[in-house]
Amino acid sequence: MIQAIRDGMDVAMGEDDTVVVYGEDVGYFGGVFRATQGLQEKYGRDRCFDAPISESGIVGTAIGMAANGMRPCVEIQFADYMYPAYDQITQEAARIRYRSNGDFTCPMVIRMPTGGGIFGGQTHSQSPEALFTHVAGLKVVVPCNPYDAKGLLIAAIEDPDPVIFLEPKRLYNGPFDGHYDRPVTGWGKHPDGEVPEGHYTVPLAQAKIKREGIDVTVLAYGTMVHVALAAAEDTGIDAEVIDLRTLLPYDLDTITASVRKTGRCIVVHEATLTSGFGAELAALVAEHCFYHLEAPVRRVAGWDTPYPHAQEWDYFPGPARVGAALTQTMEA
Amino acid sequence: MPKPLSLHVPEPAVRPGGVPDFSGVHIAPAGAVDRPPVDVDPGEIRDMAFSVIRVLNREGEAVGPWAGSLSDEQLIEGLRHMLLLRALDARMVIAQRQGKTSFYIQHLGEEAVSTAFRKVLEKGDMNFATYRQAGLLIADDYPLETMINQIYANSEDPLKGRQLPTLYSSREQGFFTLSGNLATQFPQAVGWAMASAIKGETNIAAGWIGDGSTAESDFHAALVFASTFRAPVVLNVVNNQWAISTFQGIARGGVGTFAARGLGYGIPSLRVDGNDYLAVHAVGLWAAKRARQNLGPTLIEYVTYRAGAHSTSDDPSAYRPKEESAAWPLGDPVIRLKAHLITRGVWSEDRHIQLEAEMRDTVITAQKAAEANGTMHSANRPSARDMFEGVYAEMPPHLRRQRQETGV
Repeated sequence: MIQAIRDGMDVAMGEDDTVVVYGEDVGYFGGVFRATQGLQEKYGRDRCFDAPISESGIVGTAIGMAANGMRPCVEIQFADYMYPAYDQITQEAARIRYRSNGDFTCPMVIRMPTGGGIFGGQTHSQSPEALFTHVAGLKVVVPCNPYDAKGLLIAAIEDPDPVIFLEPKRLYNGPFDGHYDRPVTGWGKHPDGEVPEGHYTVPLAQAKIKREGIDVTVLAYGTMVHVALAAAEDTGIDAEVIDLRTLLPYDLDTITASVRKTGRCIVVHEATLTSGFGAELAALVAEHCFYHLEAPVRRVAGWDTPYPHAQEWDYFPGPARVGAALTQTMEA
Repeated sequence: MPKPLSLHVPEPAVRPGGVPDFSGVHIAPAGAVDRPPVDVDPGEIRDMAFSVIRVLNREGEAVGPWAGSLSDEQLIEGLRHMLLLRALDARMVIAQRQGKTSFYIQHLGEEAVSTAFRKVLEKGDMNFATYRQAGLLIADDYPLETMINQIYANSEDPLKGRQLPTLYSSREQGFFTLSGNLATQFPQAVGWAMASAIKGETNIAAGWIGDGSTAESDFHAALVFASTFRAPVVLNVVNNQWAISTFQGIARGGVGTFAARGLGYGIPSLRVDGNDYLAVHAVGLWAAKRARQNLGPTLIEYVTYRAGAHSTSDDPSAYRPKEESAAWPLGDPVIRLKAHLITRGVWSEDRHIQLEAEMRDTVITAQKAAEANGTMHSANRPSARDMFEGVYAEMPPHLRRQRQETGV
C-alpha cells in the first residue's frame, strides 16, 4: 500500500506543477515509512522537501500555499503528532472557504499514518479520526487497500477542500486481519493489491461493500475492514461488510440500504469507544433504520485507555471480539 | 537549609491610580540609526533589534538616513488614510453602542502602522493581518461601505454574516481572510511566500502579529520556516504594549525587545517607531525590497501604543492609568504627521480641520449607504440559507438534510 500511496503522489505531481509534498524526513530520505521515496529526486527539492519538526508550521504554511494557488500534500509523520497542528487544521484550513465566502480556498491533503499493530505505544498508534469528523469543513478519508489508497489519494489531492488522509500503517505492507499470531501476508496475492499504472480516482464520499451478506451489517474502515472479514469467516455468520472509505462526508445511502436489508448492525473501529466515530454511525443507523432493526446496534472499538505498548493485542479489537459481537447480535 | 525558591511574576510599572511611567522605554533620537544596504549580513545589524528607527524629530522635521521615501502628495495621502481610519473607528464604536453591530475593534494610536505599510506593497502581494490592521484596506481604497456592510452583517455583507465584525477578507486588496484566533496567520504568510518562490513569481507576503501573540508557538513556527526556506516575507510584530489587560512584559520574557526574537533565527530584525508614518514606510520598504530581491525574511517590531480599548468589550481603565496614553513618549501618529506637513510648508491647521470634517462626512455617507442594507439586528440580515453554503465547494448530503430541517 505504501507503493500505491507513493504512486498516487507521483501521478499527481507529474500532472500538476502546483502539487508539493513536504513533511518531517520526507525529502531526501523519502519518509520514515518510505511513502515519498524518490519524489525529491524526480521533482526537485522545491517540490518535495524536509520540513522543520513543527506540525503547526507544516500545516500553517500549507494553508498559505493553498491560498496562493498550490495544492500541498503534506505528511504528519504519525497521526499522534498532529495535535500541535490541530488549531491550524480545525480553525483555519477547515474554515477558509466558509469564512471568506469563497474569496480564498484551501485545497490540500494532510496525510497521516494512523492506528496500531506495530507496537508503537501511546504516541505512534492512535486513531484520531473522530477529532476530524467533528469539524465542519474537513473531509476525512481512510483507505484499506492499495487500489483504494492510490485512487482516493489522487481524488483527495484534486479535491477543492482540505482532506485528512489517514493511512492505517499496519496495512502498509499487507492486508492485516487481526490474527497477529499468524504469518504476515503481503499485498501481492490480494485482489485489491493490484494497482493500475497512471491516473485514476476512487471518488470520495462513497462506501464500498466488501462482502455481501444477509445476516448483519458491519460498518468498518481501515484495518478493521480486514478484521471484520476475518470475523465473518471465523464465525460463519453471513455478514455484509461495508468499507466506509470516506468518513466525512459519509455515504448514508449505502449504510442504510444495507442495514434495512439485514436488520442488524455492528460498528467497528480501532479508536477508543467513547465519543468515537462509531457513536455517530450508531446514531445514524438508529435514526434512519430503527424500524428495520431486530437487535441493538453494537460497537466494537479500542478500549477507553491510552494505546498501551506491551498489551497491544489486549487493546486491539481483533477478530475474536468482532466475532463475539457478531454472534451476540445474531442471538439478540 | 537552602533558601526556598520563589516565582517571579512580572508586573507593569504602574496600575490604575498611579502616575504613568515610561522611563523603562528607551527611545533613540530621530535619525540616529543607520540605514544599511538591503543585502547586509544579518549578523552585522543585530544591534538594530534593540534600538528604534525614527525619522520625525520633536520639531516635526524628517531627519537621518531613513528620511525621504515619500513625496508631499504621498504624505498628505497618508494623513488622509489615518484620519479616515480614525473617523471610521469613531463612528463604528458609537454604532456598536447603538446596537447596530455586536462588536468592533478600533486602531486609535496605531493608525500609522498599517496605512503606511500598505504603501510599500504592490498589486498581488498578500497580507496575513490581525484584526488591528484595517488600515491595509483603507490605504488600498477598499470601499468603506463594503467594510461597514461586513461590520453590520447586513444583506450586502460580502462574508454573508458568517464572520465577526471587522474580520474582513479581500483577495483583491491583498488581504487574507482574518481568523480571529491568534498567530495562526503567521506561518500561513510564510507558506504563501514560499509558494510564490516555488512558482517563480515576484509577489511577496506580509505576516502580522501582536506583541502578546508572539508567545504562541505559531510565531516560532513561522520564523523557523521563514528562516530555513528564506521565504520572501515581511514578518510584522505590532508591539502596542498591551494584550487586552496583560502588559507586554508577560509575553516578552527577559530578552528586552520582540525584535530580538528574530536574531536566534538569523533573520534581520529591526525596531521602528510605529507612530512615525515616515519611519514605518521607510523600514517597510527596506524589508519588502529584501524580500523582492530573494534575500529572505525580515522581522519588524513596530513600537506603538494601543491608546483605545482592546475592543468594544474592553475597559482599559480597569488595568492601566487613564492618563497613560497621553504620556506615551512616541506621541500620536496623526498629530506627528500633521506637524511634519506643516513644517514642510504644505499643510495648515485649517486644512487639517477641513480634512477631518471631510473624512467624517465620507464615513457618514458610507454608513448611511450601508444602513440602507440593514444593521445587525434589522430584518434584512443574511439568511439562514447562507449559513449552510460554502462549508464545502459542494454541499454534502448531511448538510443538505440539516438545511431542509431548518425549513430554508
